[in-house]
Amino acid sequence: MQNSGIEVLFEGSNFERLLGGLLVTIEISFVSIVIGTVLGIVMGLLRTLNVKPLQALLRLYLEAFRIIPILVWLYVVHFSFTPLLNIDISGETTSILVFSLWGAAEIGDIVRGALQSMPKHQEESGAALGLSRGQLYRYILIPQAIRRMVPGAINLATRMIKTTSLVVLIGVIEVVKIGQQIIELGVIKAPTASFWVYGFIFILYFAVCFPLSRISRRVERRWQN
Amino acid sequence: MVMNLDWEFIAESLPLYGDAMWLTLKLAFWAILFSLVLGLIFSVILYYKVKGISFIIQAYIELSRNTPLLVQLFFLYYGLPKVGLRMSEVTCAIVGLTFLGGSYMTEAFRGGMEAVSRTQVESGLSIGLSRTQLARYVILPQAFAISIPSLGANVIFLLKETSIVGAIALMDLMNVAKDLIGMHYKTAESLLLLVAAYLILVLPLSVVLSWLERKVRYAEFGD
Repeated sequence: MQNSGIEVLFEGSNFERLLGGLLVTIEISFVSIVIGTVLGIVMGLLRTLNVKPLQALLRLYLEAFRIIPILVWLYVVHFSFTPLLNIDISGETTSILVFSLWGAAEIGDIVRGALQSMPKHQEESGAALGLSRGQLYRYILIPQAIRRMVPGAINLATRMIKTTSLVVLIGVIEVVKIGQQIIELGVIKAPTASFWVYGFIFILYFAVCFPLSRISRRVERRWQN
Repeated sequence: MVMNLDWEFIAESLPLYGDAMWLTLKLAFWAILFSLVLGLIFSVILYYKVKGISFIIQAYIELSRNTPLLVQLFFLYYGLPKVGLRMSEVTCAIVGLTFLGGSYMTEAFRGGMEAVSRTQVESGLSIGLSRTQLARYVILPQAFAISIPSLGANVIFLLKETSIVGAIALMDLMNVAKDLIGMHYKTAESLLLLVAAYLILVLPLSVVLSWLERKVRYAEFGD
């Protein structure tokens, strides 16, 4: 059989290294989603309060992430922290910082949307049944709000995992970077490596993101009513 | 910090940023146009559940939506030449952005078509419209109006995604900023111009689209 070049994926520890690189990507997304969710819940609650200046400020914060691409924010933090502020931070930390702040903005919007879309009669019926304030939140409002938030939050997680592929551009050693190293090493022995390596990374991302989108869609359909 | 900006440097760098913005607009224009055409064709095929092709389109949508643009671009630009398909940077960027955008536009149009109410379709059929007439005069115009907000969101999304094409050696805004920082250490100025450039590109569009969204609400019927 003719040599197709796909062997490059399994040579030495290449396969494990690529998976390890994917893990770095997933780790950055995971930590950012956790931090972003905690901050985002606070922000979402703050946005439902009727404090005009605070609302305007948080809205501006959200729009900053919606209008300026995430890669620009990565560059801003990456290039400005060390020279301008004399703070030395790694590419990973930069990424987690930017993705957490972005996550907080988006989760905040999801939480606000869920809380504001709750029909008023839910609260009133609960109160009419004689539920206390605490019971009202515990049994009526929070469970319903969570149902409205989960599909959006999973969607955001998928988007974030895809977007973490950008961290290679600020020097983080993750799956794409390891792929590049494998390609460079194999320049003579495996000239078609870039086809297989990038193709494989493409499949890796798909294997992670596809199940998440499916779950999000299923949850959305099941919890629609 | 703000007081110490080198305004002369900023003035001198403006043409570089201007060129890069022009490149971004050009790439975005073609990518959005092709994505819209692809989306329109695919969504009609999906709506009428054409056997065989529908499955292929579904598979394409899942592949496109669940993989990052950066990896798509690297595969197109570095991977495909190894099997004999070589494209220029600009072509790669437009093909990559269209591969990504096509699925988003398909979903937007399809969402619109499915949201056209059943009574509209049934009324059309009962007054004797043919299937093509139904599509042309009843479904598509309303579907288009319903889709405007998500189409608009996709346009902004694609415009922002062009920030990634610097990764395949195109002299876009990201690379202009990076080069200026590398060569002159004018970090604050270069980053300020970078953020300003994206504000100029995206902000007006975002304002126009939210206005348009309110306008087209009037085009919906049958609720």
